Amino acid sequence: MSEQVIDLKKRRFLTQATSVVGAVGVGFVAMPFLSTWNPSARAKAAGAPIEVNISKLEPGQLVRVLWRKKPVWIFRRDKTTIANLTGLKNLLTDPDSANSSQQPEYTKNLYRSINPDVAVIVGVCTHLGCSPTYRPELGAADLGGDTWKGGFYCPCHGSKFDLAGRVYKGAPAPTNLVIPPYRFMSDSVIKIGISPKEHEIKPIFKSNKLT
Amino acid sequence: MDNNKNWIDQRFPLTKVWNEHLAEYYTPRNFNFWYFFGSLAILMLVMQIVTGIFLAMHFKPDAATAFASVEYIMRDVSWGWLIRYLHSTGASAFFIVIYLHMYRGLLYGSYKSPRELIWILGMVLYIALMAEAFMGYVLPWGQMSYWGAQVIISLFGSVPYIGHDLLIWILGDYAVGDPALNRFFSLHVIALPLILAVLVFLHIVALHTVGSNNPDGVEIKSNKDKDGIPKDGIPFHPYYSVKDIVGVVVFLMLFSAVVFFAPTLNGYFLESANFVEANPLKTPDHIAPLWYLTPFYSVLRAIPPMFGSQFPGVIGMFSALLILLALPWLDRSKVKSIRYRSAPYKYALGIFVLSFVYLGYLGMQPVTPTNALLARIFTATYFGFFILMPWFTSIGKTKQVPERVTGK
Repeated sequence: MSEQVIDLKKRRFLTQATSVVGAVGVGFVAMPFLSTWNPSARAKAAGAPIEVNISKLEPGQLVRVLWRKKPVWIFRRDKTTIANLTGLKNLLTDPDSANSSQQPEYTKNLYRSINPDVAVIVGVCTHLGCSPTYRPELGAADLGGDTWKGGFYCPCHGSKFDLAGRVYKGAPAPTNLVIPPYRFMSDSVIKIGISPKEHEIKPIFKSNKLT
Repeated sequence: MDNNKNWIDQRFPLTKVWNEHLAEYYTPRNFNFWYFFGSLAILMLVMQIVTGIFLAMHFKPDAATAFASVEYIMRDVSWGWLIRYLHSTGASAFFIVIYLHMYRGLLYGSYKSPRELIWILGMVLYIALMAEAFMGYVLPWGQMSYWGAQVIISLFGSVPYIGHDLLIWILGDYAVGDPALNRFFSLHVIALPLILAVLVFLHIVALHTVGSNNPDGVEIKSNKDKDGIPKDGIPFHPYYSVKDIVGVVVFLMLFSAVVFFAPTLNGYFLESANFVEANPLKTPDHIAPLWYLTPFYSVLRAIPPMFGSQFPGVIGMFSALLILLALPWLDRSKVKSIRYRSAPYKYALGIFVLSFVYLGYLGMQPVTPTNALLARIFTATYFGFFILMPWFTSIGKTKQVPERVTGK
């Protein structure tokens, strides 16, 4: 054996190279562990679109259904309610639904719905996820009296929304309530979680001019 | 006997560890009431682990059966109600002990050099304990478990760009449900207790390296006799082990009174809404986290949404927690103990304690315009304590610190 010379430079290179390769390996091994936290196939299947029959829904009446474990409100608006939606513009943070992540393109209108008389809204406050209370009565004293045209009130942190799910100014919630994708399968059946076919969307909604 | 001891000592440093950490670990002789809370915190950790082990034998971490299994523990399991109330009361008692322990650190400057690492390890412990308590509160799957989880997890959804995907990843579903409950159970009973145990070990190793501070803030190690033993030091065992037992007895009397006579403590230790099973369709009329999280919850609510996002409030809340880590470097005073501090520091500490307690109170109240304003004022004074600390700790006249501990 010849006399050994320790090449510190080479040793340092090998140490670093081994560490880097090792770290990459750790990254690859971590991936499956972290992936187990993603929604499982079962959770995804349970999040499939649901059908709701609204033929018995009276004006003013609200039903809550669970879609993807979130409450979804479906309620029928009468003529007065629909008319009241127009006058609120100055009181709302985003009256024209400019924030496109809060509703599908085909509900970007004054009513935030496909048909003005049927509202479909995810009942989860955009502040911290509580479910607001349905307060349709006009002029409720605890919610601002005469200016209150009916809407939703979040008990957790006091956010207010109108009957199209638009958030009032000054509320802790930063954005309007989310409108889920949904489609009318017939006049009385709604499917939540799926968008309408292209030809079903009325041209007036496509142009976004209906405000 | 001696032979056995030798046999072990040749293979494991039993006598050495015993002496270094107990029989010959020298502690200042002037510890007072405030020094009970370190050992009481260990007592509470043991209590939570032991009661938790027994609860896990009957609890079902499944959204369909979790609530019923807790009621089963309360009604059908022999003495199950006691184990459960020990665990639920224990969580609050643990935080009372920890808050008093931390306040002791503020009073006597125990975070100052050379004890910065003890403080930092302690703060990490505190944060880990909050996570542990939060996940534990989700498990009974009552209304408050469910909606509390919904609110706290929503905080992660406010992170710009990745928030939505992060939220779904944490929940393993589109909303709080069975996957979240199941993984919180795993974290609550395995991951976090292990982390807590390791952190407690490190906290104590760091403490025993530099030695305890004391109410006078005098370093006893700088005054040793000819044998190298601090003149103001006494061995931890038997002197403080015996003293701590007195503290344990008094503490357990108060603790038992709550467990047996007021286990919910009028909604402060167990909220009434949590006796109703989780219902994703209906939020209770008033929701608030448990009292030990409310000061930070108040900070969260005090900061209004900006740029169409709740994220600034979330940043504010986490900053309120993390700013405590910087304390050793914000404090410029040469004096450790409150006994010799300048007047400005004493006032500032008073305002800080008031802000923290009042924020805690506000966090349990519904939001009204007055409350929102008060929360903003106290959020400002809370942060003001830290931001102005380099200034107010360097002004004013401090008293002369004695050479030796005073024994008062």
